[in-house]
Amino acid sequence: MWSSSHAVRVRDVVKTFGKVTALDGVSLEFEEGMVYALLGPNGAGKTTLIRVLTTLIEPDSGTVEVAGVDAAKDPVGVRAAIGLAGQFAAVDDYLTGRENLRMVGKLYNLSSKEARRRADEVLERIHLTEASDRQVGTYSGGMRRRLDIAASLVGRPRILFLDEPTTGVDPRSRLDLWHLIEELVRDGTTVLLTTQYLEEADQLSDRIGVIDRGRLVTEGTADELKAALGGDMIELTVEEAAVAEAAEAVRAVIDGPVEIEMPVIRVAAPNGADSLTAVVKALDARDVHPIDLSLRRPTLDEVFLALTGEGPSGVRDRAA
Amino acid sequence: MTTASLSIPRSRRVGLRAAARHTLAITVRNAMRFIRLPQLLIFHTVQPVIFLLLFTFAFGGAIELIPGVTAAGGYINYLIPGILVQQSVFGSIGAALGLTEDLRAGVLDRFRSLPIARSAVLAGRTFADLGRNTVVALIMVGLGTAFGWRPAGGLGSAILAVGLALLFGYAFSWVMAAIGLATKTPEAAEAAGFLPLFPLVFASSAFLPTATMPGWLEAFANVQPISIVANAVRALTIDEGARVALGLADPASLVVQALLWIVGIVVVCGPLAVRLYRRISG
Repeated sequence: MWSSSHAVRVRDVVKTFGKVTALDGVSLEFEEGMVYALLGPNGAGKTTLIRVLTTLIEPDSGTVEVAGVDAAKDPVGVRAAIGLAGQFAAVDDYLTGRENLRMVGKLYNLSSKEARRRADEVLERIHLTEASDRQVGTYSGGMRRRLDIAASLVGRPRILFLDEPTTGVDPRSRLDLWHLIEELVRDGTTVLLTTQYLEEADQLSDRIGVIDRGRLVTEGTADELKAALGGDMIELTVEEAAVAEAAEAVRAVIDGPVEIEMPVIRVAAPNGADSLTAVVKALDARDVHPIDLSLRRPTLDEVFLALTGEGPSGVRDRAA
Repeated sequence: MTTASLSIPRSRRVGLRAAARHTLAITVRNAMRFIRLPQLLIFHTVQPVIFLLLFTFAFGGAIELIPGVTAAGGYINYLIPGILVQQSVFGSIGAALGLTEDLRAGVLDRFRSLPIARSAVLAGRTFADLGRNTVVALIMVGLGTAFGWRPAGGLGSAILAVGLALLFGYAFSWVMAAIGLATKTPEAAEAAGFLPLFPLVFASSAFLPTATMPGWLEAFANVQPISIVANAVRALTIDEGARVALGLADPASLVVQALLWIVGIVVVCGPLAVRLYRRISG
């Protein structure tokens, strides 16, 4: 029966824009207290699904329950339970970081004093206290994203929706944002985030839904998905003369087929980084010096290839 | 699943008091933009100033020959009421621009995902624009006075006149809000917003008596709201003799007509704009 522990419960949601079917019968549910990542290429329907879940648009058909509230019957009730940080940092350049948050606080019916206190609290939480009295126009892209996430936290949401939180930011800011999201999760916030990167979904989420062409293609934990793909691969390049010796070293520490494509050796890494360490030690013991050695995660293309037998629509379109 | 619906509360609505607080917060947010980016205010002021200078010096000499204008004590007394209405109506385009910019920046998504009254975002926009228009109107009043504008009806009438022009601009910002939400981009909103403004402002009594227009245009000009409001503002600020010479009705009846237009525009376009806002699909 109905249970309040469901963060999101979506059944057969369809949404079309003219002739384009953005969501083609999506069903999805997950519990509060977890992080759910929607993984998919551009145009897969991730943003449309977020917009449906956050009551910004109504689906053509299907049912949507967020935080135990029926979005069609009580959209205001849903809004009171959620926070949204969209694809663009929706903060005002001409206001300071603190002013941006205070305004949002007032929209949550906080008094001026409460709104100020809440803004300070959130600024601390996202590590922006120092820059809080500067106008947002002076912020870096990563800081703007953090402030945007902060704005979505002002109402103490039970469920936080983050639409591609790291798209378009530099690698360092991406790491900062990951840490921030991990902290929020540790504090008990339920998160649904969208991403185009398997690595990001793997790093941040408990459960991953792969979405393509408006359909949920598959769902599972990162480990389950990786298992379906054969997991991480080690790629080792050595001098041609040393290939045989190197292959020997690899076979000694890893079970499984070793693929040799002169002068590159590929082998599955069942234990991820630990497998890599074992290979390094084995090579070292035999005094084999690799030219290149890497642990490679499956790419999004490979995920889709493995799951659907074809490349993701968006990626293929972009390549064309 | 079926028993679930029993435990779901009926759709909550945002109370009036809360809606007023939300409107205030958003008004302050929008007004801060004018304070922090003063160039916006300057830009909004320059344009009516240019109109004032052009009409006074380029056309003023010719227009002053029109009998009613002469009776008004010079063109400046005829012109300032028209400029006040024109400035206020042109300023209303800020609602279309501001909302489409907020839409593009994702700010409307944020607002629409918050448990706030949907009308608060639009009201906050129109109120902030009203505030900016008021500042510009006061500058125009100051400049007009420097150029020799002398309202004849006393301070009370002058305040009522300026207020009426501002209220009309406020009503028009709901038209512009609807245009902005229908067109969705600042570029399209600006083009679409000015489209009705030029014929309405120029085919009116704002800058010239309508008597010299061809019959069909005069007929339109005399009944359309910008003429009504400009005439009401004018009737409140020129003396009795000039009013009669210009063929204007008495101030009270013109003010009532102007207020009816203002209320009518808000009643039609307000709900329309809110409806469009609710249905933004992005």
